Amino acid sequence: MTTVHARGSLRRRLLLQLLLVAAILSVALYFTVRALAQQAAETTQDNILIASATAISEAARAERGQILVDVPYSALSMLGSIAEERVFYRVTANELTVTGYDDLPMPPAASEVGAPVFSTSIYKDDEVRVAALPRRLTVGDETVILTVLVAQTRLGLAAVSLQISIAAAAAGVGFFLLSGALSWFATNNAMRPLNRLAQSVERRGPQDLSPVETSAPTELVPLLQSLNTFMARLSASLARTEDFIAEAAHHVRTPLATVRTQSEIAMRSVRKPENKQILREVIRAADESSRSAGQLLDHAMVALRSDNLEKERLNMKDLAQDVIRSISPTADLKDIRITCSGSDTTSSVEGDPILLQNALRNLLDNAVKYSPEDSRIKVEISEAASTVQVDVLDEGRGLGDGDRQHLTQRFGRGDNVKDIIGSGLGLTIVDEVVRAHGGTLVLTDNPEGRGTCASIALPSA
Amino acid sequence: MRLHCFALGLIAGLIGFVSTAHAFVAEEERLFDVDNPSATLNIISTADLDIFSPLIEAYQERNPAIRVRYVTASSSELMKALFEEGAEFDIAISSAMDLQTKLVNDGFAERHVSAETGSLPAWAKWRDRLFAFTQEPAVLVYSREAFEGLPQPTNRDELIALLRENPDRFNGRVGTYDIRESGAGYLFATQDSRQSESLWRMAEVMGRLNARLYCCSSQMIGDVADGQLALAYNVLGSYAAQHLEDHPDLDMLQFKDFTTVMLRTVLIPKTARDTDLAGQFIDFLVAAENRRLIEDLTGLPSIDPAVLQREAAFRPIRLGPGLLVYLDQLKRRTFIRAWLNAMVQP
Repeated sequence: MTTVHARGSLRRRLLLQLLLVAAILSVALYFTVRALAQQAAETTQDNILIASATAISEAARAERGQILVDVPYSALSMLGSIAEERVFYRVTANELTVTGYDDLPMPPAASEVGAPVFSTSIYKDDEVRVAALPRRLTVGDETVILTVLVAQTRLGLAAVSLQISIAAAAAGVGFFLLSGALSWFATNNAMRPLNRLAQSVERRGPQDLSPVETSAPTELVPLLQSLNTFMARLSASLARTEDFIAEAAHHVRTPLATVRTQSEIAMRSVRKPENKQILREVIRAADESSRSAGQLLDHAMVALRSDNLEKERLNMKDLAQDVIRSISPTADLKDIRITCSGSDTTSSVEGDPILLQNALRNLLDNAVKYSPEDSRIKVEISEAASTVQVDVLDEGRGLGDGDRQHLTQRFGRGDNVKDIIGSGLGLTIVDEVVRAHGGTLVLTDNPEGRGTCASIALPSA
Repeated sequence: MRLHCFALGLIAGLIGFVSTAHAFVAEEERLFDVDNPSATLNIISTADLDIFSPLIEAYQERNPAIRVRYVTASSSELMKALFEEGAEFDIAISSAMDLQTKLVNDGFAERHVSAETGSLPAWAKWRDRLFAFTQEPAVLVYSREAFEGLPQPTNRDELIALLRENPDRFNGRVGTYDIRESGAGYLFATQDSRQSESLWRMAEVMGRLNARLYCCSSQMIGDVADGQLALAYNVLGSYAAQHLEDHPDLDMLQFKDFTTVMLRTVLIPKTARDTDLAGQFIDFLVAAENRRLIEDLTGLPSIDPAVLQREAAFRPIRLGPGLLVYLDQLKRRTFIRAWLNAMVQP
């Protein structure tokens, strides 16, 4: 049988992939939130800068050929309302400073009149955001471009950015943890049908070849269908095999019976002892072959009936006595006495009478076969807490020293019985019947001396 | 081309602390020496020596190994010293909040953070570089004798009305800061103009009464005490209070419409040689447990949010970039011209 090695786990794989996706999304969330918040903060600063520049620009006028700029108090004080930033401004007319910080850098690109231009540069050792707002102003008889520059450091913005980054990171981590937990639940949920299917397949006995009838998600349907088809084919194949065996056994037994009959007739007519001996051997061989064929038939029947037990309440002692009665002619030939002991009423089990009879017959058959002439076979029926036990004790040659496990395997025989013809199917049949009834077969040495003790224990009804 | 020349002229004629190449002018200088000094703390301040001496001595009591050099200068000279000349001082104390703000804004101040500065209310510091340690209202100082028989004014409109109705009594006897010279005077005047239009009417009336212009609070208060002036407008109340006891005729009042409150601020100039020592001195000035002591020693009211809550008319000047507006070259020139037009009448 091929062992299936577990390589990886679907569950883990699914979980890991979900976590990976969650991690990627968390990182994306972090950068998105940070970028958006930073942009919002920058936009806020830009808006205030442009409001300030507009206020200053509107306060500019020309008087007697001179440019006058009455910087409104609010224009600069509004810049101090959000954070304690350094503030610089400059008003230029055609690039010449009218008032303010005359070294405040002009924006790199000139803009259209009325449209603000923002730039970022270093001024007085700090990074500053500069808003430049140009407008036209008529001074005397010439028109000049008056540009108002308002600049503010971004130290507060940096602090805000840091805060936002921390908050965004916290959001990202939180998101990851949440999605991690959800992934775990989702994975478990998604894996449930698969687990259920695996369990239902696992729970089946080795004999159960009926279709797996669990309803399953779409993805599992092909697998389930294949499995069911396979089961059906296996079942059909098994049935065919059993049929074939039964058919074969039947076809073998009929001519064997003819051989036996003809041999007996011939025995009466031959006189020479060596010829008689030959014919006896023929008859014995025919008997054994017939018995083996019978057992093959039994085995096939057991295999068939085990799948579909027809249970009824049975008294084990009655059952045993029936079997003893049927086998006693054979036993009498060897002067073997069979005794049956145990309570009459209580030892009842739920089971298939034909199968259980068959099992008992095989046990007794074995006992008779391996017992010496003029010996005794005891059948003891006892009842424990929840089991009914049937012990068959003989005074035969025992089990030998070999591996006892293989005795119940098909065609397995003891090492010490090579001289006796046997099919190796008897104990197999017993074992299968007992198993089908949820019981056990135990082979031990006869505690009363030589011989074997074969015990079957079945759950009591 | 005319525009070009004009702009150049403007650049050349910046606020007054740009043009001159001479070293700044110190008014007083004193070395508070100690035996075996371990370090020297250089302070430049606008506060008079006699006001600050007890405070320096209290500081040295706690730090016996620190020698203190205390230099006083007007606020504009202080600005000149730090902004242009890079004079080496560890501490700069000034009542000109606008100039101090400009020093900080333009990167001339060192950052300082400590538990003590953390105890300051948010409005009493800016960018962890500028710290306020007093809150001083601008008041009207007057002579009781000069106002005899007249109702005491409670707001500016009433004062303007009184001045208008009694030109004989007040002619040549009203004084205020010359805002061209006094940083505090300019600051008060600009803040007045932000609060109400009454500044211009006040200047107009004062101009008609041949108002006398002063560079400093102390002279103005002295002249009121001497009887040369009937009143002095926009004087630092903290200075006036010290003279009240010696001169029973002297009194002061806070206007009910609004009273500008100046914050005296301290910063560590970039040129400081010993920033740690400077930081320690700032902590001494702003520490909550020292506020009472400083008020007792100098007579300068220390930072107290409760007072601002209580006095509805108090308008503390807000630290921040808004203060830069009146330092604008054009703005300042326009403002002073308008003020002079009203104040100095032919």
